[in-house]
Amino acid sequence: MPPGPADAVYLDHAASTPLRPSVRAAMAPYLELDEHGAYANPSGGHAAARRARQAVDEARDTVAAVLGCQPGEVVFTSGGTESDNFAVLGAVRRHGGTAVCTSVEHHAVLHPVEHLGGRVVGVDATGVVDLDALADALDERTRIVSVMAANNEVGTVQPLLRVTRIVSKKAPQAWVHTDAVQAAAWLDLRDLAKYCHLVSVTGHKLGGPKGAGALVVREGVTLEPLLFGGGQERDRRSGTHNVAGIVGLAAALAETAAERSVTNDRVGALRDRLVDGLLATVDGLHETVPRSLKVPGSAHVCIEGVESEALLYLLERAGVYASAASSCAAGAMEPSHVLLAMGVPKERAAGALRLTLGFASTDADVDRALAVVPAAVAQLRRKG
Amino acid sequence: MATVLVAMSGGVDSSVAAALLQREGHEVVGVTMRLWGGESDTGCCSVADVDDARRVAQQLDIDHLVFNFTEDFHARVVEPYVRDHADGRTPNPCVECNRHLKFARLLERADLLGFDAVATGHHARISLVDGVRRVERGADVAKDQSYVVHMLDQAALARTMFPVGDRTKADVRALAVELGLRTATKPDSQDVCFITAKGRSAFLAARIPLRSGTVVDLDGVELGAVDSVELVTIGQRKGVAGVGGGDRRYVVDVDVAAQRVTVGGEADLLVGETVLAAMTWSGAPLSGRVLVQVSAHGAVADAEASTTATGDVALRWAEPHRRVAPGQSVVLYDPTDRYVLGGGTAT
Repeated sequence: MPPGPADAVYLDHAASTPLRPSVRAAMAPYLELDEHGAYANPSGGHAAARRARQAVDEARDTVAAVLGCQPGEVVFTSGGTESDNFAVLGAVRRHGGTAVCTSVEHHAVLHPVEHLGGRVVGVDATGVVDLDALADALDERTRIVSVMAANNEVGTVQPLLRVTRIVSKKAPQAWVHTDAVQAAAWLDLRDLAKYCHLVSVTGHKLGGPKGAGALVVREGVTLEPLLFGGGQERDRRSGTHNVAGIVGLAAALAETAAERSVTNDRVGALRDRLVDGLLATVDGLHETVPRSLKVPGSAHVCIEGVESEALLYLLERAGVYASAASSCAAGAMEPSHVLLAMGVPKERAAGALRLTLGFASTDADVDRALAVVPAAVAQLRRKG
Repeated sequence: MATVLVAMSGGVDSSVAAALLQREGHEVVGVTMRLWGGESDTGCCSVADVDDARRVAQQLDIDHLVFNFTEDFHARVVEPYVRDHADGRTPNPCVECNRHLKFARLLERADLLGFDAVATGHHARISLVDGVRRVERGADVAKDQSYVVHMLDQAALARTMFPVGDRTKADVRALAVELGLRTATKPDSQDVCFITAKGRSAFLAARIPLRSGTVVDLDGVELGAVDSVELVTIGQRKGVAGVGGGDRRYVVDVDVAAQRVTVGGEADLLVGETVLAAMTWSGAPLSGRVLVQVSAHGAVADAEASTTATGDVALRWAEPHRRVAPGQSVVLYDPTDRYVLGGGTAT
């Protein structure tokens, strides 16, 4: 395919992020023809294998420190989808009972819960879980309750502490899982692990590699494995360790945590300038969720009189890469189940635009978006 | 040179269409429309076909987009298809898809995005006849698709291109082989895209009640029964009790409300006149001698066209003609059988 504009700006960090240079450097020895044999299988018995094993062990310590859990509670996976599936399916398959989640979960939670015939709890107009409905959905059969830490489309942060209080009161036998894939770049994950039994994270949303994630499985929580085989990860997840990916995940989490307060302030200010600028220049543009309820990198608006698909193409041509909702296997934009669950009218949801910033975002990116988005909207409205 | 949005279905014709436009120096972007959102034999919106389209676009080094038009497709093609069957009509969903999706929704989208034209892989040509743009039959008589794109008006024709229309299918395949396109030997699509291998009756049974009916002859004598009167088409010979066999009997009438199918001999199927509703004309409406085609690859017949008081078009057949099933597209061609004049739906 032909290259896009050479100076295109990337505002789709909720989809994926560039690899941090430090992460790449940390991974390199495990991808290359290393003189000490770091490419070896960490489950082996010789010196080269022990070198790889040490890398996995140290990465586990790092991840545990960032997530606020014990190293033995970290299970490395292939990413967010596997972690979510493992939590939901693993709990119910091992112990029976039912699964409960919110209607705005990522499909990696929603589909396993639906697959198990579980219950889906609604949200309010800002995407926050309806706590009364959640309480009503819980009973003595509930095995696992999955409520995401921050939403991938609209950025809403869920009141997880209140969720866990309700669960411990209404269904004390149930475990609370949180999909923290989107939150991991922005929130201190130690707060989540404190009161959740299971936490999903992935590397590529915060400057790490794709294909490397983790599930925190707190002491006392037991899950039926998804993958059987060599018994890696204490029999919880078989399969040869993705050593470079695991090292990259750990490095990305560590760097993110170290920079978090500075990055959040900086990116939050960029996001505010972006949204305020769009509100000032584009008529009929509505902020989907108040910023006080969102993670700092997320901007989500609905624009009257335009269709997302058409808008995204014009933005792409003008050098701004953005998104609307999730895509199907063929690459077509799907109507957003999140906006639908929030009660956003269909006509308004049709003009959804998600601009997500990350650690790599700059002032110039925002300048470009503020120039390009109003012009693209004007073109679509002029012709429409 | 123009900026052209090429509708790429993942088949060989649209693959070559994109390649030809690119060769001519146009700025080409490929698009695959996601149309059917329901169950299919090959996964979500025939992911395999979208994969083929994308891989051809990558090979040609052109951009490839996917547009999600599933809602429009459902409202404009699938729902009317189901409704027509419930009403005992015989719909032509591919024609309606071309009318509402490929040459309305896609043209509108292309215009919004600043493209000069839309192209497809249809075997038809666009030519200027006495100052009027016409859909001309494709060069390959056996593959001609002018029938299914007959509804294009002057505005649409001005912004539409059929790059493979002046080539034979064999030429198109040869060119695809020469260019090394992965779709070169892919078989032509045959059936209605949203009907899976389970068949039309299963598709309809999931959406409307299919009711049994009695089969009678022209004197009202009961001959047998059919499982689903909604699935019977005028002119049909197979699958209906009392039809077919040595005495060559045909369905000559279907009354869904009365759950009755009438059969008769071939002569009973013949009519002198057919009235067309929902008529569209490429140029100005006209009357007089025309050639008429009543199915995608059927032979043409002579008729005299005239406009009725209600704006419908009455066709007086030169020779008695088999009754056209209500709902079928009927397309009028000029007396030399070269280009489309207009088309409508049999009543």
